[in-house]
Amino acid sequence: MKQLIAILEGIGSTVRMLVRAAGFVPTLPRQLPRFMDQCYQIGYTTLPIVSVLSFFIGSVLALQAGYSMESFGAKEFIGSLVGLSMARELGPMMVAILLAGRVGSAIAAELASMKVYQEVDALVTMNIPPERILVLPRLAAVLVMMPVLTIIANLVGWFGGAIVAHSVEFIALDPEKYFETLRRFTKFDDVASGLVKAEVFGFVVVTICCSIGLNTRGGPREIGAAVTKAVVVSLILILVLDYFLTKALM
Amino acid sequence: MSDCHQTRNPFTHDESPAVGVKLEHVSKNFGALAVLKDVSLEVHPGEIFVLMGPSGSGKSVLLKHIVGLELPTSGKVSVAGLDASDPTTRGKVRMALVFQAGALFNSLSVYDNLALYLREHRVTNEAGIREKVMRALQILSLENAARKSPSELSGGMRKRVAIARALVQEPQLLLYDEPTSELDPVMSATISEIIATLKDEYHVTSFVVSHDRSLALSIADRVGILMGGRLLTVAPPAALREPTDPQIADFLNPLIDVKNPRFKQLEA
Repeated sequence: MKQLIAILEGIGSTVRMLVRAAGFVPTLPRQLPRFMDQCYQIGYTTLPIVSVLSFFIGSVLALQAGYSMESFGAKEFIGSLVGLSMARELGPMMVAILLAGRVGSAIAAELASMKVYQEVDALVTMNIPPERILVLPRLAAVLVMMPVLTIIANLVGWFGGAIVAHSVEFIALDPEKYFETLRRFTKFDDVASGLVKAEVFGFVVVTICCSIGLNTRGGPREIGAAVTKAVVVSLILILVLDYFLTKALM
Repeated sequence: MSDCHQTRNPFTHDESPAVGVKLEHVSKNFGALAVLKDVSLEVHPGEIFVLMGPSGSGKSVLLKHIVGLELPTSGKVSVAGLDASDPTTRGKVRMALVFQAGALFNSLSVYDNLALYLREHRVTNEAGIREKVMRALQILSLENAARKSPSELSGGMRKRVAIARALVQEPQLLLYDEPTSELDPVMSATISEIIATLKDEYHVTSFVVSHDRSLALSIADRVGILMGGRLLTVAPPAALREPTDPQIADFLNPLIDVKNPRFKQLEA
């Protein structure tokens, strides 16, 4: 019963935080430096790891597809498999998981630390709503950067697949053929549905991490607990939402 | 000469009414734990009120009620006649709180810590902000710390930066949470002098939470004693130099018994 009440309180405070943050949207132009800083944190600093992982995910997809499809004589369709898998599922999902682990944990740690060391209380007493300067720039930045990161992840993954399909001896698929089937079967709608997923995942991760960070109470130990909670809840929500979004976007 | 019920702005020398604080039968429970028990208290405009009490007596919780960071379980807190639990009160009455550990923004320099309030409330342009920030730093003898990060400062400097940050808000009501804790006697005296000067020069209403006896008896206009969540007395400092109530006397003038039988076992 206590846990149920805690979950309901968590949902309530998250919704309240979002509503308050939405009310400050008109102040966003004044917060350009904070927004740009968050774009840098969420986008630029995440880009290297997104690129490396996407390359290898595309590579492994091509390798597994080549291994299975080679016996059916259908290896020219590796491009379509890698293309669709990356665009519809693996691109947005992988970026969201990286966002939760890398950016989400940092957000939860920073805000929890600010809360525990009374910096958030100091903002409140200065009549500066924390939702305006701590939550809104992060939400805006993630909505801008998630599609960018997902498109880059898709492109790098596709090229990773092409390199492996071409260079592995038992597949040895001509890149032209690989990209021809990729283009033929991967439509704009597939990429767009992946971008919609990425936006939803990014928004949810940042919302959850901000809310858990700002609702931290106690001492330094609770900061660690808040980070763990924020990442675990984010990952669970990404996977649960993925199912429903996939169904809705079919 | 200014009227003592007018707060004089340290930057513009404009005058605005000093504000009072009123607590009426305030109680606060955290679950089953009663932290404040039926506390009624009035702080007059322009005075220094020091609230003393042992650790855990509810002093800081009471302070948070005045700025609206905590809401009373029952009773009413008002600042300048306005309900302190209403968030809009913070927009109508200029009040600032100096936190015990400073609560400085570690990601910002000292200068930006002070400028944040002015920028967010668009009080003035960047040149005006610079003037106000440097003036506040000058009042607190912190001109050389402007570009430093809070993590580079000593405990005493952090307290002074926190007071400077409060000062740029041009408060009508200035609240201090344990301003001299963890400071050496010289720095404690300096902070006490700063609090007294802000009252004398700018007529800011000051509410100080402390268990520093010398601070209370030297700068307060009135002192309140809070114990176990109950306000035992409110009196001028002179009346507390030789208290008649044994509970208050024990707190203000504790006897140090070097042969206390409670600790005999430690000798073994």
